[in-house]
Amino acid sequence: MQAPLLFISWLPKGRLAFVLACVLSVSLGLSSAHAQSTTPSQSTPSNPKDPFESFNRSVFDFNDRVDESLTKPIAQTYVRVTPSFVQTGVRNFFGNLSDMWSTVNNAFQLKPASTAESLARVGVNTILGLGGVIDWATKMDLNKHPEDFGQTLGYWGMGSGPYLVLPLLGPSTLRDTGAMALDLKTSPVTRVRPAEDKYELMGLNLVDKRAKYLDLGDQLNEVALDRYSFVRDVFLQKRRSEVFDGDPPDEDDPDLSQ
Amino acid sequence: MELMISTIKHLEMKSWRAFAAFGMTLALVFSPFAQAADLAPDEFIKTLCNSLLESVKTDKNLKSGDPERIRQVVDTQVLPNVNFQRMTASAVGPQWRSASDDQKAKLQEQFKILLMHTYSGALTQIRDQTVTVKPLRSDPQDKEVLVKTEVKGSGDPIQLDYRLEKTPGVGMGWKIYNLNVLGVWLVDTYRTQFSQEINAKGIDGLIATLTDRNQSNGNTQSAKK
Repeated sequence: MQAPLLFISWLPKGRLAFVLACVLSVSLGLSSAHAQSTTPSQSTPSNPKDPFESFNRSVFDFNDRVDESLTKPIAQTYVRVTPSFVQTGVRNFFGNLSDMWSTVNNAFQLKPASTAESLARVGVNTILGLGGVIDWATKMDLNKHPEDFGQTLGYWGMGSGPYLVLPLLGPSTLRDTGAMALDLKTSPVTRVRPAEDKYELMGLNLVDKRAKYLDLGDQLNEVALDRYSFVRDVFLQKRRSEVFDGDPPDEDDPDLSQ
Repeated sequence: MELMISTIKHLEMKSWRAFAAFGMTLALVFSPFAQAADLAPDEFIKTLCNSLLESVKTDKNLKSGDPERIRQVVDTQVLPNVNFQRMTASAVGPQWRSASDDQKAKLQEQFKILLMHTYSGALTQIRDQTVTVKPLRSDPQDKEVLVKTEVKGSGDPIQLDYRLEKTPGVGMGWKIYNLNVLGVWLVDTYRTQFSQEINAKGIDGLIATLTDRNQSNGNTQSAKK
């Protein structure tokens, strides 16, 4: 049990470190882009969306090691020892919090129907669902419209900027990293007092997020020839699709087989 | 005499033509191709998805992820509706043109095995899912269309879109040439993977890497059993 406690108490520093790391990753990335041109893909023409590839690759490896030795085992234990109705409750609770922020961001993006539906979800789940633990809204066919501040910036035309792999937090972009600062600041979790409760909640949120992907197992190792670029390309495509609500402008390509 | 012969020949030709036309009409009416010709792209996807869902729900071997059975179903039900050569070519990129026929065949075979391994996991997750095809936004004369669908089950709905091309010729129907899962295009995702290998080790290097990967994937699968 030592490990989870250690992990949770370590998180607040992680948050500070995260902001520092963002600044660092940009400045270091700039200087190392030339110096470290001998990455595993030295023969690949560099991806214009990923100018800090060599730095990103080392953070990616670091995150992998942290996941393997810390986050994944904790998530596995969590799934094993916690009754599944508790797990569902935890997921719904954090889902309700993200619905709140989605409501605001749908409004920022001038989407009245999605704003109203998200607001209705929050209302129903907070009041009837015991503060969000029970998800009645989905049963009432009120759909989720997940939006964060990075998507709002994208909606108003801001490009994603370079791809960034953040320590502990994983794939992001320059735009989304900046936006995430606001996502975190507005989250009700960061207002919880006393501080220990706040960090416990943040830790639980992380563990729940990781638990969601446990079923995928080692599939990434099986389908990707290079894990790093596979994750990057999937992330950037998915993020772009999210900004355009699943309907990004066409990037069709010609038939090369003829 | 000569006139007679030519008249007979002419008549023969005419009746032969009439016969041929009749035969072709028959073939068009009764062959499966005729039905494909009548299907709009969205109808085509709907039929295909529903028949696949039906197979998985009724076939225990398929549901349990038996690789041999999956291969059979992919070969008989999926691949005839996919332009897999175009998918592979598009994933390989410009280097495809410089590949030999033998290399092209090997690339397609290994890519197919890799993808089957990827999606066989998804097959075992199928329970009570239903597919809704979204309204089509295209002209009837379009040669390439995007069909958007949504798979609904117990969890969040899954966005699943298909790019289709009209096969040249009357009644040849539609073929899938790209697939989008949750906003991520399959072929586009593999383009970087493949180009990295080709740039480092050439086309034969890519074939070798794919073959190795498929072998080790097969080993882990039999180890799990």
